[in-house]
Amino acid sequence: MGFTAEDWMAISLTARLALTVTLLLLLIGTPIAWWLARSRSRWKGLIGAIVALPLVLPPSVLGFYLLLAMGPNGPIGQLTEALGLGTLPFTFWGLVIASIFYSMPFVVQPIQNAIEALGERPIEVAATLRAGPWDRFFTVVLPLARPGFVTAAILGFAHTVGEFGVILMIGGNIPGETRVVSVQIYDYVETLDYARAHWLAGAMLLFSFAVLLSLYLFRQRSSRAAIDFGG
Amino acid sequence: MQSDEMQARFQLSLPSPAGEGFSLDIDTQLPGRGITAVFGPSGCGKTTFLRCLAGLQKTSGGLLRVRDEIWQDGAHFLPTHERPLGYVFQEASLFPHLSAEGNLAYALKRAGAVSPGLYDRVVELMGIGPLLSRLPQRLSGGERQRVAIARALLIAPRLLLMDEPLASLDAERKREILPYLERLRSEFDLPIVYVSHAFEEVARLADHLMVMRGGRVVAQGDLSAVLSRIDLPVAMGEDTGVVLEGRIIERDSHWHLARVAFAGGDLWLRDGGDPVGREIRVRVLARDLSLSLACHEDTSILNRLPAEVAEIAADADSAMVLVRLRVGPSALVARLTRRSAEHLGLAPGSAVWAQVKSAAIVK
Repeated sequence: MGFTAEDWMAISLTARLALTVTLLLLLIGTPIAWWLARSRSRWKGLIGAIVALPLVLPPSVLGFYLLLAMGPNGPIGQLTEALGLGTLPFTFWGLVIASIFYSMPFVVQPIQNAIEALGERPIEVAATLRAGPWDRFFTVVLPLARPGFVTAAILGFAHTVGEFGVILMIGGNIPGETRVVSVQIYDYVETLDYARAHWLAGAMLLFSFAVLLSLYLFRQRSSRAAIDFGG
Repeated sequence: MQSDEMQARFQLSLPSPAGEGFSLDIDTQLPGRGITAVFGPSGCGKTTFLRCLAGLQKTSGGLLRVRDEIWQDGAHFLPTHERPLGYVFQEASLFPHLSAEGNLAYALKRAGAVSPGLYDRVVELMGIGPLLSRLPQRLSGGERQRVAIARALLIAPRLLLMDEPLASLDAERKREILPYLERLRSEFDLPIVYVSHAFEEVARLADHLMVMRGGRVVAQGDLSAVLSRIDLPVAMGEDTGVVLEGRIIERDSHWHLARVAFAGGDLWLRDGGDPVGREIRVRVLARDLSLSLACHEDTSILNRLPAEVAEIAADADSAMVLVRLRVGPSALVARLTRRSAEHLGLAPGSAVWAQVKSAAIVK
């Protein structure tokens, strides 16, 4: 039987969404993780809790508030309308923004842990060798914290692929625009088309397992190769 | 004010996890050449002082002038990566993702214009040629520290800061590295601030000594001048004693002794194998000196030096006194019981014989 044209559309949309979100989250999440790892500010606990919130919040709650914020009367909606972009709900970019919030902790926390484990010393060493802040980041922090960044990217991607509740709240069910794989499976089940649901659900199961397996293998390898700084 | 000096003024209060805060209050001038040892017990603030010099520890206000350049004052603060300094950390701090050579290249790439022979000269000086292709985890502790020192030199610093570079090494490795540090001192015209709590390193390397306690400088000056002060017994403790600069002038192969001449006299010491003519340092501890009014020939003590009492001061131990002696232009310090000092009727100007029970070439 295989995948239908709509299935392929959903799969490519899901991949495009997850890739876009992962790239944007690496860009946005890295400075947040850096700040959380190194700041001694008293706001650190508050920001850390906000970043971690999607871990415990029901996706429908997060989706509900984001829907309001991005709607014509919400702050984000008024901003996008003022910029001539229209409103974001029920569009691909609305999903991107919602997913960024939803997957944020999965990207921020591995990077934050890696930077914390790195400690101050290598960064100070690089500073005494005349490396400026950007130079230090790219030549010392990034290579030494690489396992953290790889883990962050894999988790961010996989978590976005597996998202459902937020998408339903924000994106609805528009083929090619917001109908991702998880929503497509839901539709099949709703119409009692279990055979088609099986194909997609099985593919998701295999994909998720493969991602997690590669992540665990990678972690095992990099922890064997890990060397304590100066050790 | 000489322009090759460094002027440093830092005030800093840090909360400590133990509850008692730590405060640093320093206002000092350091010479612009030679090795300045910053000596003191753990927790006296010597590493914090070094971190202030490097800009790794930020202080509000403060002043740091190195030669004619202001690195820090009330108005601006030069960040670490803009200060032309080299820094050797206590534990090996090589980047683990780069080979020894990669670590050196990291410095060289950022050093700006350096003299073309510098790389070969530094690699040769530190004896690390055969190690270059190895990753840091394939190097011994001593080798890592030599690569780290080479890396700090390749940044072509105008000031080299060393934070207990030997502290993480065992005695054997220390002996392995000390000769490299001596060569560094003699071959590079580079002011070095060397933090240590190990007196042997200070005695061997320092030209200038700054003694710290509780975040403050308690004494500072030329090594021999500071060591011959007798008002610092608490700061120096069992290390109270002097270091004499001398030269081997004779070796007696029969008795395995070597004669060392210093300004004001000479001493017979155990022959350590150094050739005649070598410049060496001799350490004479205060507790290894005794005094007599007459020159006794019937004694096992080999070295007797005519001396004059310059000053007498109380020791931390109330049974003891410290006596500073003049031997020609040099100074010695003896620790005696208060009772002996009174019995001998010692006073400034008294002529005495200083009996040196033991003295050693500093290794």
